[in-house]
Amino acid sequence: MNPFAFTPATQIDAALAALLDPDTRPIAGGTNLLDLMKEGVMKPSGLVDINHIGLDQVEQRDGGLLLGALARNADTAYHPLVRERYPLLSSAILAGASPQLRNMASNGGNLMQRTRCVYFYDLGTACNKREPGTGCPARDGLNRQHAILGASESCIATHPSDMCVALRALDATVHVRSMSGERAIPFADFHRLPGDRPEIDNTLQPGEMITHISVPDAERFIDHSAYIKVRDRLSYAFALVSVAAALDLDADGTICAARIALGGVAHKPWRVEAAEDALIGKRADEAAFVLAADTILQGAQGFGHNDFKLPLAHNAIVQALTTATRGTDHARGLDAGTKGEPA
Amino acid sequence: MEHQQQHPVRLRINGQDREFHVESWVTLLDLLRERAGMTGTKKGCDQGQCGACTVLVDGKRINSCLTLAVMQNGRDITTVEGLASGDELHPLQQAFIDCDAFQCGYCTPGQLCSAVGLINEGQAATRDDVRELMSGNLCRCGAYPQIADAVVQMLDLRESKKTVDGFTTGAVLA
Repeated sequence: MNPFAFTPATQIDAALAALLDPDTRPIAGGTNLLDLMKEGVMKPSGLVDINHIGLDQVEQRDGGLLLGALARNADTAYHPLVRERYPLLSSAILAGASPQLRNMASNGGNLMQRTRCVYFYDLGTACNKREPGTGCPARDGLNRQHAILGASESCIATHPSDMCVALRALDATVHVRSMSGERAIPFADFHRLPGDRPEIDNTLQPGEMITHISVPDAERFIDHSAYIKVRDRLSYAFALVSVAAALDLDADGTICAARIALGGVAHKPWRVEAAEDALIGKRADEAAFVLAADTILQGAQGFGHNDFKLPLAHNAIVQALTTATRGTDHARGLDAGTKGEPA
Repeated sequence: MEHQQQHPVRLRINGQDREFHVESWVTLLDLLRERAGMTGTKKGCDQGQCGACTVLVDGKRINSCLTLAVMQNGRDITTVEGLASGDELHPLQQAFIDCDAFQCGYCTPGQLCSAVGLINEGQAATRDDVRELMSGNLCRCGAYPQIADAVVQMLDLRESKKTVDGFTTGAVLA
């Protein structure tokens, strides 16, 4: 790790003042940042420790959910309010990383984590995200993990988060603050597509820091939501494809509202609202779900090793919607018949 | 050079108050092994992928390789050295022996601390839960079934003890 100055902050304003230096980064859990610093991918000259400035609440606010940027992923996912009222979010968080990492990682840090593209991590190779203008070896290289939607000539990396996929589906808002004020960023606009500036992951501006994330009331989706994550092993691996699906069904199984967001397929959580709108008024059945998957995956393109993601994503969307239709408890393995062997 | 500055770090390690002066970039793992003499905690990948460095901070399991020592100032750290009481093994350590839950032993300190954290968290109700919630600890010898056995056995012990307490203390349930 490169030497760096370390500043503990006990108040938000002190942390924001330290962030006026563009080469200083905030550190919360540090689970991704320190890894990147050990590899030499990120070399901040200063770190400001924001673990003691508060902002760690998980609470009901204005009829919705308020998540402090410094609340830990584990504390968020296991919080009774999140478990009971936002099961999609709880499931998505628990599908990510390991228990140790979830105990460390903060909610703000989850949004700020960087791609796990192997070329981004490998200083011996070119990478437009790490060193703009050097090229993208992933396009013709090992691209099994890479994007099939929204990619550009210069970058085909994916955003690795599970939590963000659920936050996108649930129409969350990211609240940020700097020395010059506060603003709210709709989740759809927080992460960005790579275009010709793949070094920029999101729309956070220099000097800004995430203070909290708000999620509107999602009561209509409590009974029919599912987070499906497909990966190379059963646990503790990044998604090849993940799907956050939530349905509001009326008594006879007609769809009143739908939310579908994908992870592992693009530089940001992927959502096509037209596919959701087209489901309204239809019966929740396979034919409708196949149509939705077709719409969501329009324009999808593989790069060789990741060609399998096209049918995989299609099947995962149908499976997630089918599972959501059967019910949230079914998705979580809590209904009779799918429960694991008792300990 | 301000970057070379030594930061004072006070930690309670396995019940003992210790004070160190470390550079900003020293991880908790390196402090434990190189400065505190606690070499029970292992450095496997140093990237948060293997779990060999798992310790408990204020009772919560974390990867000590992915946090800075200066960030843990004032915390209570438990390493594998702190699990036993004198010569008496922690019941989980005994369960690992009883279940043959290791071969080479390199991952074992991390497995033990992780399992203690898992038990503290109280989220595991089934063997499948145990397997999922131990997934942050790799064992390249492949002792996973026996490790799960040991943790499941511990949870059973706790559950049966709770039931006995419930009967003997009447209405007072923990």
